[in-house]
Amino acid sequence: MNAMWSAIVVVLVIANILGCLWLIRATARRRKNEPGDKDTTGHTWDGDLAELNNPMPAWWLFLFVLTIVFGFCYLTVYPGLGNYRGLFDWSENSQRQADLNTEEHKFEQKTKAFAAMDIPALAANADARGIGRSIFLTRCTGCHGSDAHGAPGYPNLTDNDWLYGGSGDQIVASITHGRRGNMPAWGATLNDADLHAVVAYVGAHAKASDAKTAQGEKVFQTYCAACHGADAKGNPLLGAPNLTDDIWLYGGTPAVIEATVRNGRGGQMPAHETVLSPEKIRLVAAYVYSLSHP
Amino acid sequence: MPNPEGAAAPPLPYNDRVVRQFTIMTVVWGIVGMLVGVLIASLLIWPDLTHGIPWLSYGRLRPLHTNAVIFAFGGCGLIGTSYYVVQRTCQVPLISDKLAAFTFWGWQLVIVLAAITLPLGYTQSKEYAELEWPIDILITLVWVAYAVVFFGTIVKRKVPHIYVANWFYGAFIIAVAVLHVVNSAAIPVTLTKSYSAYAGAADAMIQWWYGHNAVGFFLTAGFLGMMYYFIPKQAQRPIYSYRLSVVHFWALISVYMWAGPHHLHYTALPDWVQSLGMVFSLILLAPSWGGMINGMMTLSGAWHKLRTDPILKFLIVSLSFYGMSTFEGPMMSIKTVNALSHYTDWTIGHVHSGALGWVGMITIGSVYMLVPRLFNRPGMHSTRAIEVHFWLTTIGIVLYIAAMWIAGVMQGLMWRATDENGVLVYSFIESIRATYPYYLIRLAGGVLYLSGMLVMAWNVWKTIRTEPAPQPVAVTAGALS
Repeated sequence: MNAMWSAIVVVLVIANILGCLWLIRATARRRKNEPGDKDTTGHTWDGDLAELNNPMPAWWLFLFVLTIVFGFCYLTVYPGLGNYRGLFDWSENSQRQADLNTEEHKFEQKTKAFAAMDIPALAANADARGIGRSIFLTRCTGCHGSDAHGAPGYPNLTDNDWLYGGSGDQIVASITHGRRGNMPAWGATLNDADLHAVVAYVGAHAKASDAKTAQGEKVFQTYCAACHGADAKGNPLLGAPNLTDDIWLYGGTPAVIEATVRNGRGGQMPAHETVLSPEKIRLVAAYVYSLSHP
Repeated sequence: MPNPEGAAAPPLPYNDRVVRQFTIMTVVWGIVGMLVGVLIASLLIWPDLTHGIPWLSYGRLRPLHTNAVIFAFGGCGLIGTSYYVVQRTCQVPLISDKLAAFTFWGWQLVIVLAAITLPLGYTQSKEYAELEWPIDILITLVWVAYAVVFFGTIVKRKVPHIYVANWFYGAFIIAVAVLHVVNSAAIPVTLTKSYSAYAGAADAMIQWWYGHNAVGFFLTAGFLGMMYYFIPKQAQRPIYSYRLSVVHFWALISVYMWAGPHHLHYTALPDWVQSLGMVFSLILLAPSWGGMINGMMTLSGAWHKLRTDPILKFLIVSLSFYGMSTFEGPMMSIKTVNALSHYTDWTIGHVHSGALGWVGMITIGSVYMLVPRLFNRPGMHSTRAIEVHFWLTTIGIVLYIAAMWIAGVMQGLMWRATDENGVLVYSFIESIRATYPYYLIRLAGGVLYLSGMLVMAWNVWKTIRTEPAPQPVAVTAGALS
């Protein structure tokens, strides 16, 4: 805000508040030609509407003045009058940082001992699990659910089936840097017959039934095996899911599988390195690890 | 609507036709808006109640509820009573019956369009200003016509002084016009889609400058106008203090304009704006209470009437709720308190102690006074029914706001709780689960309030259906002395 705008703000604020004070002063005392305290003003409206001219209650005037005095004090101590920053240079950011520092300090004291432990060891430690759960509940439940069972498009974290690997280090890496899953759309490449064949092939895979056709097998090996593997068991380096179990990120009905193959899928796990400290990431990873390693 | 008593005696027949129309629609829209309120209160408890039908989902019905109760119920009540009051206190009829009729039918069209477009999901996404730009233009036209009728009538008045109720109605009309035009400024893309003319924190600030002054001028100043006519009229006592009227009027309208930023504490809004919002909100306490004192003290010497007159009960208890919520508001604007209360159901409780208590009860009391006068009946069909309505209303409000206070404070405490490890104790969903019992109590309060409105509708209907009074109640300036 430049000096002119700052000055305008200061002048308007002070003028409005002083205006209120003037208003109180000007009306609190009776003027010469004004009707007396208990008299009416002499006007009538609509037959019987009249006004007395009682003095304003003293407690009310006191309250009014009190709020004005408080207002000026507040505007001396805190920022408010344009560019004036207040006596203590307070800002909402500094208050927030101070609050955060308090909590961070508590956290650091508590978690010093955890630094030397690996993820499985942390997962076995009830205190560490508790802190990890708390972080999980505030950071992760929006997508993965408060029970960590996930939702269509958001992995279930309790089933020990992992797109990018389930070791402690792999989970920490997923949380720290995020993951970007990308299933390409095959609708433009495959004709309908091929597409339906491969959908049936993939669906049948999971159920270990004999419905696999030679055509489905051929399409799968041509287009899908590069990521999902010749045995369709997936590839954690690419985040390509295992298609031979009955766990489906987006749903396993033929219609949903067809939509997945035809239109592709894009999934994103956001990177948390900017919002969580490495120690917090390790603790939440330990909690997630514990969900499938009871 | 037929005029049962026919053309009233000359020389100056007031235009009561438009007042009758607005008064009836106040009752009708009140029931509609509150019914939607009960539905969305139920949706918070049973989210699948409407089977996922998009136009019956919470997000679309919530703005329908707020628009219906504020602008349909409250708006019809304000415009109708202001037409009644301005004619009587100026001793002249409205300057133009045609323009007055346009404001009635135009306003009803706005309401119907809102009831269609909001459930369909057309919205500018500005709270209390959701309606898309073509409807905004219609609102502006109706509002200008309303201002012309109101101020034109004041200009032609036959009494030298402008009655205090008209100051407040006038401030309400002017301020709402300015607020509506500035905040609704948008760049249209299609007939049903537009983008705000402002961006970022400035957009948020303009929205809450509008939002809070909608409370200040629509829901406070406007209804103070109603209060300043109907309380002294019903109590048959002079207004307590002219001086108090002067001070609290000017202080109220000048200070209110600054208070909006308290809706944006601890956000991207610059610190200095937040501080000013808080300071002016605190200074607003005394001017707000000025109206309450003036209304309550008007009853001094006539307190015994409260025992027998349920209409007066409505009017006076409305002032109690007005005093309560105008105390609560400044307290909640204090940043330390706001850090706890903001985003919780405490805010919902605060709004409803103002809306159900103050706005609702003063309007209900005024409608009970108006109906017999407008339809030339000796009184309401059933005084007992008014009494029943009063208790349904009062108990409903108390249940509602007590539940929301407890829920809100609980939510605020749960959201901020940290443990000895420096991490948050509760997840958001745990605070929702803990709120369910209070949602149920709130729903019960809302159902009581709504059933009171149904009692009122029955009573109004029976009153209109009875034979007119043999002696016409004064409906002309000539018949008044």
